[in-house]
Amino acid sequence: MNVPLLEVRGLTKHFPVRGGVLLRRIGDVHAVDAVSFSVRRGETLGLVGESGCGKSTVGKTLLRLLEPSEGSIFFEGRDITHLGPAELRALRREMQIVFQDPFESLNARHSVGRILEEPFVIHRMGTAAERRRWVDELLERVGLSSDAAQRYPHEFSGGQRQRIGIARAIALRPKLIVCDEAVSALDVSIQSQVLNLLLDLQRDMNLALIFIAHDLAVVKHMSDSIAVMYLGQIVEYASAADIYSRPRHPYTRALLSAIPVPDPIDREVRRRTRIVLEGDVPSPIDPPSGCRFHPRCVHARPDCATRVPLLERAFEEAHPEVRVDAATRGAPDAFAAVACHYWQDINTSIP
Amino acid sequence: MSEVVLSVDALSTEFAVEAGVVRVVDKVSFELTAGATLGIVGESGCGKSVTALSIMGLLPKPAGRVVEGRVLLNGLDLLRLPKDALQQIRGRRISMIFQEPMTALNPVQPIGRQLIETLRLHGDVGDRRAARARGIELLAEVGIPAPDRRLDDYPHQLSGGMRQRVLIAIALACRPEVLIADEPTTALDVTIQAQILALIARLQRERGMAVIFITHDLGVIAETADRVVVMYAGRVVETAGVAALFANPLHPYTRGLIASMPQLQHVPKSRLPTIAGMVPALSALPQGCRFSNRCSHATTICAIEPPLERVDMAHGVACHHWREFGA
Repeated sequence: MNVPLLEVRGLTKHFPVRGGVLLRRIGDVHAVDAVSFSVRRGETLGLVGESGCGKSTVGKTLLRLLEPSEGSIFFEGRDITHLGPAELRALRREMQIVFQDPFESLNARHSVGRILEEPFVIHRMGTAAERRRWVDELLERVGLSSDAAQRYPHEFSGGQRQRIGIARAIALRPKLIVCDEAVSALDVSIQSQVLNLLLDLQRDMNLALIFIAHDLAVVKHMSDSIAVMYLGQIVEYASAADIYSRPRHPYTRALLSAIPVPDPIDREVRRRTRIVLEGDVPSPIDPPSGCRFHPRCVHARPDCATRVPLLERAFEEAHPEVRVDAATRGAPDAFAAVACHYWQDINTSIP
Repeated sequence: MSEVVLSVDALSTEFAVEAGVVRVVDKVSFELTAGATLGIVGESGCGKSVTALSIMGLLPKPAGRVVEGRVLLNGLDLLRLPKDALQQIRGRRISMIFQEPMTALNPVQPIGRQLIETLRLHGDVGDRRAARARGIELLAEVGIPAPDRRLDDYPHQLSGGMRQRVLIAIALACRPEVLIADEPTTALDVTIQAQILALIARLQRERGMAVIFITHDLGVIAETADRVVVMYAGRVVETAGVAALFANPLHPYTRGLIASMPQLQHVPKSRLPTIAGMVPALSALPQGCRFSNRCSHATTICAIEPPLERVDMAHGVACHHWREFGA
């Protein structure tokens, strides 16, 4: 068995909620609760879910931009959960993150050339001339002309800024990039350009990606495996093809069913069969007992309010206890795991 | 043929910017029939929102100005109405909802007061108690649970989806004939978007209201619209019934837009077709066809502005080369 590039076990992140005149801790936001997954070299894990499901918190915690409350993160088999500042800096060469608007995290008063040179300076790499050449190479790699180096962030459009953000992320040739809603703010014609760029870079650099987005069609397009999150937990975790052709968790089914399809022909059928969830996502400060989805689930039974459904680590060969659907057996690398007590009943009752 | 409720005829809007004056909307025409949904689709800067604001008389002053055209609401030209007359029509006969209800709602007033204010301003609802009862009724109609208690909530106490419901309740309080929805679900999660789209569709059906649905999302267009107007850089490039537009898109921009969308049935991790380059600044548009600098089919004739040609009774396209595409 080859070691996964990144492995996460029981990752948990709680944020304290303070109140009263003394700002005492009166509760916790359960942003991420006991999340486990793994990513192999050159592969993409998609993290999907709606606002407040914890997907961005997972991304930031992986890079230790947030401190995990519990659980472990392994990078190339090494536990990085408690690395000190110097080791963390070294780790940043291997793991990077691209945000929705990269310029929120970059200095608007620095030229693009200086922004792209910075990673090399921090890591004391190259001479000034070498670094200039590397910056030119980076710009070319992401499809920008070298005169971009003299210009400033505000002179670029959203798509170009994202290219610069990506250039900065790949500067030190990392093995993993977390893309946190990296294309969400872009128009569709620009989005497709940036998605293609990410696919090219992944192939050329054998990059692993963690692709966090709320757009399920985009996530499906980019991912090898997908974890669907709801209120801080993974409710379904499977190979990408599998999760879209045979969603098992009632939440995944509702999420997929809600996607507007750019094909008007069958829309009346879709309207009749669409699963429209009632109500809003409950507060992560006081999440529902048992299965967190049960108050919105049409299939919920009384014990769903008391028994917590578990999602075991999903790789079939590593964990035979995980429920793997017979239909997916045999397909290379196919796997599926679902955190629902009654998923088998639901899946047989619905065509 | 159904009757036309709203007719927009050669509408042009200009904005004063530092560099001079730019034409953000250029000779845009379309018709909205009673009870139907017209989708206006296009990317950032295509002029779709400014078209809506021009219709509503809500352009930011003094920067924005309608320079020509007519907007006929059942024959009444909204662009030539005195301010107070337009005020009476806005909200009562034609209403608008926006992407971010938080900015459209007053943050320091309970939502009930904002709703009741609209009712009292436009409708004949009688005394305070009657208005409150009507407010509760409206909140219930847009699917807000426990509306009698919600009436005293402030906007920040509600979720994004609930705020959009409140905005819809306010917009529909006076039973307008036309609702303009400008990206009403763009800021919402997909399951909440499904709720809001279903809500708008139900209210439209119950009231026989016509809707202009403005969005960048072709998926939303395919789910909601009867007719579609595709805009690019301030102009209408294609207009058609929704089935024809997706089955037989004729403008290279429409074709590129549809092709570049990742779709669930695509082969994963395959390269997506793209549209080269990006939308030029309105102050630096190419001569003639505004899409020509990004278009792989462009030839010398494209330096001449293409007229919106009729392909058939219901399908129009502004491209010199459309005959080469077609299904």
